[in-house]
Amino acid sequence: MADTAPARVTYDFVTRAIARTLGNPGKGYFALLAAAVALLAVGIVCLLFLLRYGLGLAGYSHPVYWAVYITCFVFWVGIAHSGTLISAILFLFRSGWRTAVYRTAEAMTVFAVMTAGLFPLIHIGRQWYFYWLIPYPNERGLWPNFKSPLIWDEFAIGTYFTVSTVFLIMGLIPDIAAVRDLATGWRKKLYAITAVGWRGTNEQWRHYTRGYLYLAALATPLVLSVHSVVSWDFAMALVPGWHATLFAPYFVAGAIYSGVAMVITLLVPIRKLFHLEELITVHHFENLAKLCLLTGMIVSMSYFTENFTAWFGGNPHERAAFWYRAFGPFWWASWTMNICNGLLPWLLWSKKVRTSVIALFVVSIFVNIGMWFERFVIIVVSLAGEPFERFANATYNPTWADWGIMAGSFGWFFMWFLLFVKNFPAVSISEVKEVLPAPKRAKAVAT
Amino acid sequence: MKVLNPLAAIFHPPPTPGLLAVFGHLDAAVDAIGRLRAAGHTDFTVYSPVPRHELEDALDQPVSPVRMFTLVGGIAGCAIGAWITLYMSYDWPVVVGGKPIGSIPPYVVIMFEMTVLFGALSTILGIAFNALFAARRLGTVAYDPRFTNDKFGIFVPSESARAGQVESLLRGAGAEEVRRA
Repeated sequence: MADTAPARVTYDFVTRAIARTLGNPGKGYFALLAAAVALLAVGIVCLLFLLRYGLGLAGYSHPVYWAVYITCFVFWVGIAHSGTLISAILFLFRSGWRTAVYRTAEAMTVFAVMTAGLFPLIHIGRQWYFYWLIPYPNERGLWPNFKSPLIWDEFAIGTYFTVSTVFLIMGLIPDIAAVRDLATGWRKKLYAITAVGWRGTNEQWRHYTRGYLYLAALATPLVLSVHSVVSWDFAMALVPGWHATLFAPYFVAGAIYSGVAMVITLLVPIRKLFHLEELITVHHFENLAKLCLLTGMIVSMSYFTENFTAWFGGNPHERAAFWYRAFGPFWWASWTMNICNGLLPWLLWSKKVRTSVIALFVVSIFVNIGMWFERFVIIVVSLAGEPFERFANATYNPTWADWGIMAGSFGWFFMWFLLFVKNFPAVSISEVKEVLPAPKRAKAVAT
Repeated sequence: MKVLNPLAAIFHPPPTPGLLAVFGHLDAAVDAIGRLRAAGHTDFTVYSPVPRHELEDALDQPVSPVRMFTLVGGIAGCAIGAWITLYMSYDWPVVVGGKPIGSIPPYVVIMFEMTVLFGALSTILGIAFNALFAARRLGTVAYDPRFTNDKFGIFVPSESARAGQVESLLRGAGAEEVRRA
């Protein structure tokens, strides 16, 4: 930030520019919000039908019993990951550029996990028994099976949601206090309560900065563990195409790749709507693009390794699974994934693409499409091509209930995100100031 | 009427008398901290919109005890993770995949997640307890809304006899304004 900030970006400028985002956002914002709520309504209607008539409405077809809902679950958990990467890992690495974008990324994390968490509940069939997942003393004397990766997943996602939420709230406190001191009317009351007495005293900063450091240090291994655990939902099974030790790092890289792309997708319109061009500069987009490039290369490498292992390992079932992926009935999904994730990130080697906001926006959308299809290919296509049940009919087609609930999840996510950026500081006020040069006396006065 | 609300003394304590100085420049505030410490003041409060190492160095405070909260919470979480997995497995013993009833490797995942969960939550408790609830005199010392924007501030509690001396010290260090509170 410091190296790109124009001279007129001072402490006061930062506070006022970010406080302005809480004012009237204009028609564009409300149009987006209305679209998100409409999508959510579609999802709710589909979900009500699913609750009434059961999972038969989803396109499940033996042996494909994990399909669009689990795909969406993995997709949204993946989206969440880059937020914690930017807010915790880059914090520990002391990279200054993160300050301008980390709040949006972190809010995205919380809302993406909120979205992801819905899917296992939708998927379980008798959704009203979801609390059976929680280990609580019950009259049946049953406990969950802790050797199952699905229970690990529940603990991982639960912890991730809790920790990323408190991390977001913790970061917000000094900024809410800054907004409180400018606001008037009911907003002042709201921010006075939510700022929990923050005044920026030396005692407060002393405990806060230490605590924040430890939260970042805890969140860093957590974020790596969460998508590893999600990948073990698959890797612990024997299905060819799932049973690979590569899965944990492959999933983590893919998660950050899709998450960074989603940060770009969200930041481009937010920056425009709220006039944040001077705080979120092309420099930030270029750095995000570099992260995207790095993780995209790891993902491409994983695709190559996966196929190479299938061929070189000599296991005929493994080979058959990967042949089925590329040239079977779902070839279109595999090639969408390969082109969007394996070829498209190579565009980011060009500085021209990395510094063009429009080009990045387009690339980021294709990356998201590609990453959704990656999960679809891994989950649905591996199941459809599995060799254990030769009599199974593997013609799987998603139905309106699948697509409707998926659309609803996008509505749900964007609705929360839009409400957040309008009502709370969407860019960290205190951390952006931290990387600006502090106001100091001119030399002549100091002597 | 005073008797009617005994909680008022807790929630609305009387303001601490003293001087509030506003600084526009970081180095001036650092200078003032140095001079105050040299003059033997220890219980002053420094306000700043951002955490700055210059201020930390000038104040030379001990490391925050929040780290003990994190450590204890993390260890407790790990122990709870080990306890629930082992206890629940033996309480309802089902052999899964031919593995022992209490198998440690899969339980490490749960233990790890619980370590992070409890470590993070107790860190939050530590920050809240130390910075927000247990802060002495919070709410009774004078404050200025500019301190979250672009000004640095120092509040020095002092009885009126010494106030003049402190005021000249603060002004000498470069305070933009000093007012009695």
